[in-house]
Amino acid sequence: MDFVIVLAILAAVVYVVSAPLRRTGEAAPSPGAEIADLEAAREAKYREIRDAELDHRTGKLSDDDFEAIDRSLRAEAIEILQALDGAKAERAG
Amino acid sequence: MALVGRALLILGLGVSVYGIGASLYGALQGGQRWVDSGRRAVYALAGVMTLAFVILEAAFLRSDFSFNVVAGHSSTTTPTFYKATAAWSSQEGSLLLWVWLLSLWSSLILFLTRRKVREIAPYATAVLLGFATFFGSLTAFFANPFATTANPPSEGAGLNPLLRHASMMFHPPMLYSGYTLLAIPFAFAIGALITRRLNSEWIQVTRRFALAAWLFLGIGILLGARWSYTELGWGGYWAWDPVENAALMPWLCCTAFIHSIMIQEKRGMLKVWNASLILASGTLAVLGTFLVRSGILDSIHAFGASTLGVPFVILLGVMVTGSVALIIWRRADLRSDSQLDSLLSREAVFLFQNLVLVGMTFVIFWVTFFPLISEALTGTKVSVGPPAFRPFIVPLALVLVLLSGVGPLIAWRRVTAANLRRSFAFPVAAGLVALVVLLLVGGVSKRPFALAMFCLGTFVIASVGQELWRGVRARRAMTRDPVPRAFLQLIRRNRRRYGGYIVHAGLAVLLIGVAASSSFQHSHDVVLRPGQQAVVDGYRITYVRPIARATAEKISFGAVLDVAKGGRHVQTLTTTRGFYPAQDPTLGVVGRFFNGEEESQVGLRAGLTKDIWTVISPDLTPIQPLINQGDQVFLKAMSAAAALPPAQARAQITNLFAARDAAIGALADRWVRHPWAAEFLLIVSPLVTWIWLGAIVIAIGGLIALWPVPVLARRRATSAYAARLARELA
Repeated sequence: MDFVIVLAILAAVVYVVSAPLRRTGEAAPSPGAEIADLEAAREAKYREIRDAELDHRTGKLSDDDFEAIDRSLRAEAIEILQALDGAKAERAG
Repeated sequence: MALVGRALLILGLGVSVYGIGASLYGALQGGQRWVDSGRRAVYALAGVMTLAFVILEAAFLRSDFSFNVVAGHSSTTTPTFYKATAAWSSQEGSLLLWVWLLSLWSSLILFLTRRKVREIAPYATAVLLGFATFFGSLTAFFANPFATTANPPSEGAGLNPLLRHASMMFHPPMLYSGYTLLAIPFAFAIGALITRRLNSEWIQVTRRFALAAWLFLGIGILLGARWSYTELGWGGYWAWDPVENAALMPWLCCTAFIHSIMIQEKRGMLKVWNASLILASGTLAVLGTFLVRSGILDSIHAFGASTLGVPFVILLGVMVTGSVALIIWRRADLRSDSQLDSLLSREAVFLFQNLVLVGMTFVIFWVTFFPLISEALTGTKVSVGPPAFRPFIVPLALVLVLLSGVGPLIAWRRVTAANLRRSFAFPVAAGLVALVVLLLVGGVSKRPFALAMFCLGTFVIASVGQELWRGVRARRAMTRDPVPRAFLQLIRRNRRRYGGYIVHAGLAVLLIGVAASSSFQHSHDVVLRPGQQAVVDGYRITYVRPIARATAEKISFGAVLDVAKGGRHVQTLTTTRGFYPAQDPTLGVVGRFFNGEEESQVGLRAGLTKDIWTVISPDLTPIQPLINQGDQVFLKAMSAAAALPPAQARAQITNLFAARDAAIGALADRWVRHPWAAEFLLIVSPLVTWIWLGAIVIAIGGLIALWPVPVLARRRATSAYAARLARELA
């Protein structure tokens, strides 16, 4: 009985592990390393903008400081977005 | 089912080795199918290990003593809850738990990242399966939980009495979850270094796992401290034991990591530092596992000397040299993208805090391993105790608390002097008020470190309170929500930030409790007879009467104590010392019942301001002659019974066992009827409860920070910023 159970588990494991090797179609395309990096940078930049806004609203940043930081953060975010558009266009083309 | 269990271990090992090969082959050849197959090997490993663990658990619950591990760590008299959790009280079972948890967390991260980090993932899979292969090999070949015996005993040895404590039962799974979760960012850091994908992507996908590792490890450490306080009978919660330190070191490193990765995410800085921190944390996690198992350092928590030391040393050697080599190899790619704008910024505070945390880790490492270092250099093992830690750890802890209050008050990038004044005014005033009030209280000024901790703790709590209030006020200005709703919405929308702040407040509460209880503890070691009293910190503690209980599981001798203050009854406490029977028959038919494992039940009155902690150490010397006499009488009677024909011998031995039980009951009864003096340890400690409350606050803050933001809310926030930027671009 034990032997049968072990064989059944072994068969299940082989079936699960070998499934991708038996696949006939192509795997879902990867978004590409550069795009993934830029998307991660974009998310981080949005978070940074959001943090600066919260710091300003809670009185940790003066209006002047916030304006300067926010301007610089948005410029950095725009740079990332442009790079992202470029990378996506390059990949599509 | 032991055969199935053994086969599953071998199968798990085979799957792990295959997964490593498939992942690496796929990564090197660009074959996504092989990479996917390697990932599925991790899922399969999780399934196989789950089955193996279920089989082991079933053996414990059925008291199947044909399993050596069950016979050695459980018994028919062990309560069901402890039977279920006894699996990880053994070397074999805990190693299986390690592999099982690792396989579960590995499956989770690889499932979540199946369409992300495609370059890094195969290498991370190989590293994770490398750990699984190592621990799987130990389980399969050196400490097999499915080893059986042809002649199972009718009764098991039972669970170590010291482990029959609810928090101790959850402590190992929590610690192992922490250790195995740390393997995730470790593996992805290795993958990122190999593939030179060193931006913040690998950090984003593993950040939550690092935070979970920090949370589980922290809960495990605190559960261990609680167990030590209520079970070990010495009155303390932290002894700077090597195994305790082994869990604290990766926790400190991980604390530094989850702060400094924010700087890398935001500014692209500290890449070398972050990679080094997580590689060190992962290595320290394995070092912790090694310390519990090798027996190289004396510890109450260790499994004792075993043969597992050499494989662990090899693994640690590979991890350390591999990590250092990778960092050196990729140093050009680890350059920072930007620089610190100002020393008056949150980044700078984080950096300083990181240095303090790493400094604490280094001190703990050095002092913990000093016995081994001294032995290697001089040939003599020099043991250093808790006093060696304090001169370094106490000042560093003070700086850490200060920084945990400063961090939330300072903005990212830079701040102006006017803003600093506005942010610091209230918390600093609160700290100064605490200082004045405490200086007026007699005795506190004699303990400058404790005084500093109280003031700094107040500063932190005030700074977090102020930040929460300012956040609520800002939210109300936008939404006009009532305060409770604004508070909840503020935290819900900024979980990382405010979860972290709550953790800081909890840390302050916890460390205030540590400072108070360690600096102002009153402890008395006294010998009392029934009716006698001792006074500790103004509390009159009276030994009212002795109590005793003899059961099949253990014999307990104890005392009922009355606690009073100023003539008023405060509490009645009961403390006992339990003696579990030894399995060694050479200790005597009666004597073995008094010479096995022992455990203490503490008489504790826990309060918000003070804990009254009592424990009894009964002296069995007065009944030792009776025990010896009983051993001789029963030995003779047993020998005589053995010479009888089998049927008569069986009946006679049954009668003798009944007589023996009655004799043991009479010995216990003697403690009550003719009581003699007993030794008591009586302790009154202030603010111990604050430690546990602080820990709960930390856990709540950690959970808030860990809890994922709903996808819809995240998309909404992202879209709003994207739209705003698009407008600017246009």
